[in-house]
Amino acid sequence: MNEVSDHVVITRRSKESWFSRFQVVALAGITLVAIVGKFYLPRLIPNTEWLELPLLLTVYFGLMRRSQIAALFFGAFVGLAEDLLAPVNIPIGMYGITKTLVGYFSASVSLRFNVENAAVRLVLCFFFYGFHAFVYWIMRRALLSQMVPFDPQETLVHGALNAVIAVPLFAFLDRMRLSGAV
Amino acid sequence: MEALLSRYRNLTVLLVVVIAQLLYLAYQVRSNRDERLIRVWAVSAVTPMAGVVEAVRRNTIGFLEDYFILLDVREQNRKLKAENDRLRMENIYYRNQLATAEHARALVLFQQQSPSKTVAARVIGNSTVGTAKAVFIDRGSTSGVKKGMAVVTPEGIVGKVIATYPLVSQVLLVTDPTFKVGVESQRGHVHGVLDCGSGACVVEQIQNEDKVDPGEWFFTSGEDRIFPRGFPVGTVISAQPGQGMKDVKLNLSGAPAGAEEVLVILQGVHQQIPEAAPVETSAPVTLPPPPPEDTASGSSIPQPQTQADKIREKYEDLGKQQNHVYGEYGSNVPNFNLKPAASSSSSTTGSSAPPAANPAKLAVPGILGAPRSWQSSSASAPPKAATPSGPVLPLGAPRHQPSDQP
Repeated sequence: MNEVSDHVVITRRSKESWFSRFQVVALAGITLVAIVGKFYLPRLIPNTEWLELPLLLTVYFGLMRRSQIAALFFGAFVGLAEDLLAPVNIPIGMYGITKTLVGYFSASVSLRFNVENAAVRLVLCFFFYGFHAFVYWIMRRALLSQMVPFDPQETLVHGALNAVIAVPLFAFLDRMRLSGAV
Repeated sequence: MEALLSRYRNLTVLLVVVIAQLLYLAYQVRSNRDERLIRVWAVSAVTPMAGVVEAVRRNTIGFLEDYFILLDVREQNRKLKAENDRLRMENIYYRNQLATAEHARALVLFQQQSPSKTVAARVIGNSTVGTAKAVFIDRGSTSGVKKGMAVVTPEGIVGKVIATYPLVSQVLLVTDPTFKVGVESQRGHVHGVLDCGSGACVVEQIQNEDKVDPGEWFFTSGEDRIFPRGFPVGTVISAQPGQGMKDVKLNLSGAPAGAEEVLVILQGVHQQIPEAAPVETSAPVTLPPPPPEDTASGSSIPQPQTQADKIREKYEDLGKQQNHVYGEYGSNVPNFNLKPAASSSSSTTGSSAPPAANPAKLAVPGILGAPRSWQSSSASAPPKAATPSGPVLPLGAPRHQPSDQP
């Protein structure tokens, strides 16, 4: 009897587990597509440099996974992958550190808020975009001594645009998650 | 200690990961070298698809553009049916002329004319860093491209190669905040440093005493050892005295972010700063000016072309001779049977002989649709054409002979 009940519990957990093998592969694939897409998208659709799909995926992973360690490693992976395609005058690790922090803090936030709410997601994405841009700017100035300008107005507008994009994107990923869990 | 680590396990992992990346970053900065192998792998893994993606993009856009242009042509054709064939042919001709001004052709022309050795390349991808202005081009070390080479277009400068891979290269655009270019003004040869980091492009290091006027061209000075001297950079939008240095804003003549085809300068040759403004190589091809008018005729007044015009001018001359004003109430009725003065009518016939010397020519009105060659050739003139010698009357005038008048 105990054996049967344990089997049922394990099966249910595996079904309810968001982080199944399928979704890991799918999310990794989507992330790679997002990184490569950031490389190609401005060529395909002009004036889309503001779109930060890797950042949005990092935030989504952190919010949904609710594990700080997994989220920070995911952020580090995404950031380092972006660094590899960055201009060579920017050393590898700049985006890695920034997105590590984003992953960690997004997972921390998910422990305190109901991140299934679209409005909360909108605000969080807007906040994390600004955080990401500001930390990256600080690091380029402090660590690399590159006097890069920081335009708060532009950052706010781009943050708002990314947040607007994030809501339907997260909803799409939610649907994929549910279908993958069954 | 273990309890502390296990309690703050997540924070500890975060610190370890961040510090590891910081150390790695510090190692790269300190050794002043990037991990080339890793980047080569990453770029080599991503860029092979670039050609395919670019081809798909170009074909898709080309198809859509062709489709809409075709719709436009149909619409134009529908409207042009109301016009005659000559105007339609002229329209097509002008369109073909304008269509020849393709950018690629201008690029080839520039490549042939430029003393520098260049290789044409196409932009295939952007950088992943939004704030860094960098693009990838489809020419790499196998094409002879090396790090530090200048990238230009016929319109102006684009950037410099910062990394080369076997098949592609990475180009840092002049609009990147970290990029500076040595420039020189056209008239006063004032030297400065171009900086596009703050959004707008400004020329720094120009003294307030130096003379720089709006509209003046700036060229590369060659001092940055990237761009050869003499390449156009842009025109001055505004030049105002600032605190210590002059505030000179520049409008880049090239479009670094929007350039699709570029030239990589393999071997740069310094040139003189041209005296005249650079020629717009991408300007549409225009037709040559019309041939000069025949000044031998000595008159710019349009010559009458039809018999009706000639008769009208004859009557106007007669009216002037007899002080008659057409259309005025109470004016005396002119005698249209008189012969007009030779001086005034010499321009009406278009021939060297005065009309009085050849009255038959002047007196015979032309008939619509009748051949006109007979007037100049008496041998081939039809027999009926020589017979009318009577006066030519205006419409509505009494049809009786002067001898019938009382």
